[in-house]
Amino acid sequence: MDLGTFLQFLAAGLTVGSTYGLAALGFTIIFNTTGIINFAQGEFVMLGGLLAVVFMHWLDPGLPAAVVLAVLATTLVGLVMERLTIRPVQHTSVINLIIVTIGVSITIRGLMMLLWGKDTYVLPAFSGTTPIPLLGATIAPQSLWILGITLLVLAAMRYFFSQTIFGRAMLACSFEPKAARLMGISVERMVMASFMLSAFVGAVGGVILTPLTMTSYDVGVLLGLKGFAACILGGLGNPFGAAAGGLLLGVLEAFGAGLISSAYKDAIAFVVILAILLWRPSGLFGAPDTERV
Amino acid sequence: MTRYLLTLATTLVLGAASPAWAADPIKIGAILSATGPASFLGEPERNTLHMLQDQINEQGGLLGRPLEVIIYDDETEVNKAVSAANRLLSRDRVVAAIGATTSGNTLAVMPRFSSARIPLVSMAAAERIVKPINPWVFKTPQSDRHAVIKILEHAKSEELSNIAILTVSDGFGQAGREVLQELLPAYGMNLVADEIYGPRDTDMTPQLTKIRGLNPDAIIVWGTNPGPAVIARNRVQLGMQTPMYMSHGVASKRFIELAGEAAEGLILPAGRLAVADQLPEDHPQKALLLEYIQAYEARFNAEVSTFGGYAYDALMLIVEAVNRAGEATPQAIRDKLEQVSGFVGTGGIFEMSPEDHNGLDERAFVMVRITDGDWELLVE
Repeated sequence: MDLGTFLQFLAAGLTVGSTYGLAALGFTIIFNTTGIINFAQGEFVMLGGLLAVVFMHWLDPGLPAAVVLAVLATTLVGLVMERLTIRPVQHTSVINLIIVTIGVSITIRGLMMLLWGKDTYVLPAFSGTTPIPLLGATIAPQSLWILGITLLVLAAMRYFFSQTIFGRAMLACSFEPKAARLMGISVERMVMASFMLSAFVGAVGGVILTPLTMTSYDVGVLLGLKGFAACILGGLGNPFGAAAGGLLLGVLEAFGAGLISSAYKDAIAFVVILAILLWRPSGLFGAPDTERV
Repeated sequence: MTRYLLTLATTLVLGAASPAWAADPIKIGAILSATGPASFLGEPERNTLHMLQDQINEQGGLLGRPLEVIIYDDETEVNKAVSAANRLLSRDRVVAAIGATTSGNTLAVMPRFSSARIPLVSMAAAERIVKPINPWVFKTPQSDRHAVIKILEHAKSEELSNIAILTVSDGFGQAGREVLQELLPAYGMNLVADEIYGPRDTDMTPQLTKIRGLNPDAIIVWGTNPGPAVIARNRVQLGMQTPMYMSHGVASKRFIELAGEAAEGLILPAGRLAVADQLPEDHPQKALLLEYIQAYEARFNAEVSTFGGYAYDALMLIVEAVNRAGEATPQAIRDKLEQVSGFVGTGGIFEMSPEDHNGLDERAFVMVRITDGDWELLVE
């Protein structure tokens, strides 16, 4: 395999992997604050892309404004979801809350289908479609946007969770809500913020991917699933690991399709994940689960 | 006594209010996928059936009786298609049926109709529906084989011999792949790459990169939206100049919208519906196609698609058979369906026979090139 081909596979893998990573990051944020695995995460990604299309069509405010509006609207959906469906039942077990998120995901998908139809839609690329040649490979400008924005979001999240008092307060809520409350942290507010934040991250993933891969009301299912796999691969609860898991999953798929067989590319990726999990059950970057008794 | 009189009066009033139908309606069933993954096929099919039912009844019905099309939505699920078939056969007692939308659902309901001895006209493409011949089963869409023949004839005239194929891993793609694998050698061509992608995949650059390394003369892509649009975009993104053929599965304006400028120059086989206005004036299908397009777009305010045409042909073939038979019994409809010849439909000119329950060949397709965001009919 020559360098050009290798780079081409790598670029394809990193591009798709970035969205898996952003979806995985969204899972992590909510898990870290509440212990809930939010199965509506893929729907946030779908909403980001599809709402941008809707705003472009209805208001025609230009691409940048439509993108910003879509991300804000999805963040709002995150807030409403927490208010209407999570908070009223917050004292039940985590497994019940997870099932609530599945219900929300089906509802959001159905609503978008009814409001906007079942067609596939696309957004214009952020800065043209002229491919950029690089050492024998060619890279779409949108791929660079995707990689750049993903890294930016990742760095911002890392800073937020490790350096800011707000981020650390969110982490505290996941470890021990009662203690966090005793320390003066409003757990309710943190949970709400975590839903908004993860909707935000998901929506960003959706809008940057749509110009390259298109969107429809049902893309969230697969993206959510791949994001969840990335999460498990990287170690549930570790934002950095989740994003790395996403990138790794994307790259595995691309090389699997390119080098072995495109028919089995999903299977190849999942076999590798299984193998890794057998070797490290807590994921690549997850700390081994220890429970004090 | 009072009650009896009341009933009599009500009957008289209702009888006077309803249209002056002298007889029971002729019931024709339909099973289609108006929702679910195949809704892009089923929705125009359902619309078309509603529209035709109204048109036929406005013009005096069928054999002087009203036509009633009983439509069930199988939600693209095979179990629901089977239970809809049972309902049509045992409760609604239809004399003929249309369906299903997808090949898988058609294959699942076929045995029920043939054992109940009710003719079924499918709107799905798979060759297996009419091969081997089931006396009670017909289908209206052209077969994949005809589309493949059309593409390969075009490639041959362009002297392209090393061909790469990229097919989607669902039923449509794999049926196309089998025919391509079979016919490529028959046309003296080499299959240099045989790649596959998933129906929901969002990036096919790995497959195209692999194909680019093998340097084929042309690439044939077999799939339905959105995959082929992604592939067209990826091709431009990779700076590839290799000619690319698409299947008839993307012969809708939606594909051009999705692929944008990347669609320019792609060549594909399409039914004449897509290029109705470019057909020569004396083409037998032209007037019918333009009329169907105009009526559909006026009523549903949506763009017409080839798929609605499958339903159009299915219902009109049954209507033709009923008219020829002069009676609406399942046996008579079946017998006359088999004898239909020179029947002008949206998909082509049907020539049914006991050996051919599709009645179309590769002449049902024309080759089109996408130029300036529209179809350009290629002269043969």
